[in-house]
Amino acid sequence: MAHASTYKPRSGFARWLDSRLPIMRLAHDSFVDFPTPKNLNYWWTFGGILSVCLVILIVSGVALSMHYTPHADFAFASVEHIMRDVNYGWLLRYMHANSSSMFFLAVYIHMLRGLYYGSYKEPREVLWILGVMLFILMIASAFLGYVLPWGQMSFWAATVITNLFGVIPFIGDEVLAWLWGGFGVDGPTLNRFYSLHYLLAFLIAGVVVLHIWALHVPGNNNPKGIDVKGPQDTIPFHPYYTVKDGFALGVFLIVLALLIFYAPNILGHPDNYIPADPLTTPEHIVPEWYFLPFYAILRAVPDILFIPAKTAGVIAMLLAIFTLFLLPWLDSSKVRSARYRPLFKQFFWIFVIACVALGWAGSQSPEGMALLVARISTLYYFAFFWVIMPLLGVIETPKSVPDSISKPVLGSGSAAASGTSG
Amino acid sequence: MITQTKRYPPRWSVLTIGVAMGLALAAWAPVRAADEATEALSPSARDWSFSGPLGVFDRAALQRGYQLYREVCSACHSLEFIAFRNLADPGGPEFSEEAVKALAAEHSVQDGPDEFGEMFDRPGRLSDYLPSPYLNNNEARAANGGSLPPDLSVIIKARTNGPNYLYALLTGYEDPPADFELADMMNYNPYFSGRQIAMAPQLFEGIVEYSDGTEASVAQMAKDLVQFLTWTAEPKLEERKALAMPVLIYMLILTILLYASYKRIWRDVDHD
Ligand code: HEC
Ligand code: HEM
Repeated sequence: MAHASTYKPRSGFARWLDSRLPIMRLAHDSFVDFPTPKNLNYWWTFGGILSVCLVILIVSGVALSMHYTPHADFAFASVEHIMRDVNYGWLLRYMHANSSSMFFLAVYIHMLRGLYYGSYKEPREVLWILGVMLFILMIASAFLGYVLPWGQMSFWAATVITNLFGVIPFIGDEVLAWLWGGFGVDGPTLNRFYSLHYLLAFLIAGVVVLHIWALHVPGNNNPKGIDVKGPQDTIPFHPYYTVKDGFALGVFLIVLALLIFYAPNILGHPDNYIPADPLTTPEHIVPEWYFLPFYAILRAVPDILFIPAKTAGVIAMLLAIFTLFLLPWLDSSKVRSARYRPLFKQFFWIFVIACVALGWAGSQSPEGMALLVARISTLYYFAFFWVIMPLLGVIETPKSVPDSISKPVLGSGSAAASGTSG
Repeated sequence: MITQTKRYPPRWSVLTIGVAMGLALAAWAPVRAADEATEALSPSARDWSFSGPLGVFDRAALQRGYQLYREVCSACHSLEFIAFRNLADPGGPEFSEEAVKALAAEHSVQDGPDEFGEMFDRPGRLSDYLPSPYLNNNEARAANGGSLPPDLSVIIKARTNGPNYLYALLTGYEDPPADFELADMMNYNPYFSGRQIAMAPQLFEGIVEYSDGTEASVAQMAKDLVQFLTWTAEPKLEERKALAMPVLIYMLILTILLYASYKRIWRDVDHD
């Protein structure tokens, strides 16, 4: 919601700057006096949490990079050097690794929030698309980062994932050799992965700026999923949401600190403390927990007609991610919030269960029960977006939606005043 | 505006279908018979002084563990990330600096080149790393029937449930079951993956004479080694846990204050 600027420069210098580069005005209008719906719940605090996570990751990452050596012979030892000889190096490294895990936890919550409250719908499609782009960049960056310590899982995850590019018809092998800088994952691969890992962090930061810009044009959605009707529906971002976000951030950081200080390796795989060895394949190659659902989809797909299972798996996995871009147009319902969508609400929770089931299946070897669960959940994943979402808008009868954020639902809702003001 | 109507499917319908499908699946699940004969046992949990939020190492055990490493394990295993100076570091075995200097000086280290371009041998110093038993992996394999004795610096973190696993591995050697096919030069150990390990049992009652007079039972030695190798894997464990409390207390107070401010700032806002 574009709003009139209320910024008042308080000093001569501020006035001078404001007439040359109104950056303080921009900050004031975006983060101080930004009209925000007054009914946002705690699920809306994760955007701020994500931003702070990104800052923690970049700051700790820059410090780590001052001591890290991107060379196949020295990478593992340089990480141990950080853990042992660099002042508070252990803290930097555990902070970086665990923050990236918590970053994904937060982004999944953030995305499910968007799904539940219909935040991707008109007029927030571009905001959503930028979000999906952020998600893809995060996946790439986390994958590249995981390779850097050059442990067994680093090496073999890099091998498995880069090999997926081999399914590209005709030029697969050439693409692979180009990606690797050789005939397999090796020193040159590590070196370029390091360069890209560093680069992507800043691309993410750039897209976050666009993401927030795209948020500030239509303004926040809210748990009721209805438009802001006037000033009675909003409060200024500061101090109301700075303090609420601050509190949620505090809780989040406590959880992060518990991980860093008391269980710093619990989310990692022990094999990554074994130096990379191209001649020994680990018993089970598993990615970090946050990739498990997609890993499960990759391995769930059987041969389909003339497409071999591996190719089909790669296509399914990519489709699973890229489908998210189309969500604003796959959902045919005009009602945003699941609060007023009794059927959607149930399918949504089954979707959440399917994602968790996929995560579990991804951690198992693809056979027996795990494979079955992976297949059924994969089918549901796609059915949810491509069949259920388009159909629901047609067959579902939504509950009555309140007229405005500040007014309660009156009776059946039809008696309420039209509720337009401002 | 959307108005309410009476008929939409009861809220439980879809969920019920989901649960029913789940149950059907579970009933149908093929039960996979585990390969009993070679599947590794999972080690039982023990109490370690270093676990838990306030955990610290047992200093005397660290010193005994180092003695054991030096007298037994170092014949085959390197500890490449540990320098002599670390043995005197706070949070480690905390030998006195003189003691560690003397230990280091027992080894001779190749250094150079000197001003004539020659390499020369000199006594070890605090800054030298512990010497490796072998020149390279090939020599290590050749000396161990083709198997590589891994570096032990981070072995505790490189195994699931590391401390309990190492204890179980070191104390768990037994005679193989009658029908077990043990390969040449291999030893039966139910905690090792595949149950046969190239390392022969290492700990025998009284194999070392502890300088602090502790009785060297197998269990005692295994415990001391677990302490020592947990320290080599996580030398900043004590520093980490010591920093945890102040950070958490600070965060907790800050968060409580934020909550109080939140309640206060929002007290007049009518929201739901
Ligand atoms: C005679 C040489 C020798 C000595 C002495 C020796 N080991 Fe080993 N150790 C080996 C070999 C060889 C392996 C590799 C076993 C295999 O892969 O089957 C091994 C493997 C190990 C492993 C890895 C097990 C795994 O999960 O992969 C640990 C831990 C270990 N030794 C600890 C010790 C400790 C502690 C001592 C001292 C008490 C010790 N070793 C003494 C030869 C030795
Ligand atoms: C680097 C990761 C990300 C950061 C730092 C980030 C940051 C933010 C912030 C600060 C907000 C506003 C506060 C809020 O509503 O929670 C926001 C809103 C939003 N984000 Fe993200 N985001 C990230 C990733 C994503 C992803 C991956 C998606 C979805 C695919 C997404 C979708 C959205 C949507 C739809 C909104 C608007 C919700 C509303 O209307 O209130 N974001 N984001």
